[in-house]
Amino acid sequence: MSATVSDPQGGSRADAATVEARVWALLAEVPDPEIPVLSIIDLGIVREVRVCADGRLRVAITPTYSGCPATAVIRTMVRSALDAGGFPNAVLEEVLSPPWSSDWLTAAGREKLRAFGIAPPEGTVTSPRQLLGSPGVSCPRCASRETTCVSEFGSTPCKAHYCCRTCGEPFDYFKCL
Amino acid sequence: MNATAKSREASAELQQEAHWGYVLRLADTSLVLGQRLAEWIGHAPALEEELALANISLDLIGQARLLLTYAGELEGRGRDEDALAFLRDAPEFCNLALAEQPNGDFAHTIVRQWLIDAWQLEMYVALEHSSDTRLAAIAAKALRETRYHYRFSRGWLIRLGDGTAESHERMQRALDALWRFTAELFTPDQVDEHMSERGIAPSLPELAPRWSARVEEDVRMASLARPAAPPYPWHGKRGVHTEHLGHLLGEMQHLQRTYPGARW
Repeated sequence: MSATVSDPQGGSRADAATVEARVWALLAEVPDPEIPVLSIIDLGIVREVRVCADGRLRVAITPTYSGCPATAVIRTMVRSALDAGGFPNAVLEEVLSPPWSSDWLTAAGREKLRAFGIAPPEGTVTSPRQLLGSPGVSCPRCASRETTCVSEFGSTPCKAHYCCRTCGEPFDYFKCL
Repeated sequence: MNATAKSREASAELQQEAHWGYVLRLADTSLVLGQRLAEWIGHAPALEEELALANISLDLIGQARLLLTYAGELEGRGRDEDALAFLRDAPEFCNLALAEQPNGDFAHTIVRQWLIDAWQLEMYVALEHSSDTRLAAIAAKALRETRYHYRFSRGWLIRLGDGTAESHERMQRALDALWRFTAELFTPDQVDEHMSERGIAPSLPELAPRWSARVEEDVRMASLARPAAPPYPWHGKRGVHTEHLGHLLGEMQHLQRTYPGARW
């Protein structure tokens, strides 16, 4: 049986929920092109997976940074994942609101980052501390808090560059932004 | 059609034109400043600063893309972001004249950036509550990025202004040279007033004191002297530009002008 959800009559809400769960699982396999240990679900950019009343599948994603070059790549990857998963008719939309921030990173995503050697964002974007200079950042290798910001901008728009004064490890910090 | 209906139609047309024109102004300032910053790639004084300028450029161009796409839809003549960016001439660009000023030395680039970051910060904070939900969504997104840009430019303003005799002198020179373009930032024209009346845009005279206070405080922290008030506002947003914009566009638009419709 084809997995496309094209029959508006057939299918109860329960069927729709099953399809939606399958799509979420499918998208959990799509990696962030620049930080491949993270899936786009970990990153928190998939905003909606819904089988609409007309039977079509709607997937909404949001960009991280306005100028993030990975956005177009991610869209292509999501499209191919949906095609390969049997949802060639899915409607892929880009939504801007509410805007993405690093607060959307999942707890699992933060752990994956740390294990990969990238310090996850410290605190939340909304905390008032964020406006008052750099927060303390823990070294992802030795967990020392004795770290120095080398550059507020790093290898991708979402990262800053740090160095650990305890173990000497240079590392990326996923900005709290 | 009676006279009232006619005048209502004319006013609706005027409002629609003001709306797309307003979004285009925001877009053009981001685009032109983003292009200027990109000129630093391969020339910045240190790798970290090159990364910073390139990243800020990328954010600004990203914001410009969202705004240009929206402006094109509001205009309703089928122009997309690329048509608006690459196929308009200088008098059709409506960026702030400050944004198009040349990079100069690092001091000029930082002062220009800091003045515009502080302006965008106030604008986006206000636009986040715009009655135009699409514009509000773009502003909310841009605001987070702008805060980070401002932290960077303000940091250098203070470090260099309060640094050596040489760095201080260069920062003061840059501030003196660029200050004359700041009157435009908060001088409203008909488009601004239209948009403000409709709740789409903030009232510029209301925002001005917030920007002034912020700038005043930063200048003090940087041990610099704030120049006297500029004698008159420039009209970049109405298409009146300095000679620098044409050169910038010449480079930015060269490929699309030479090979129309070229794609990657």
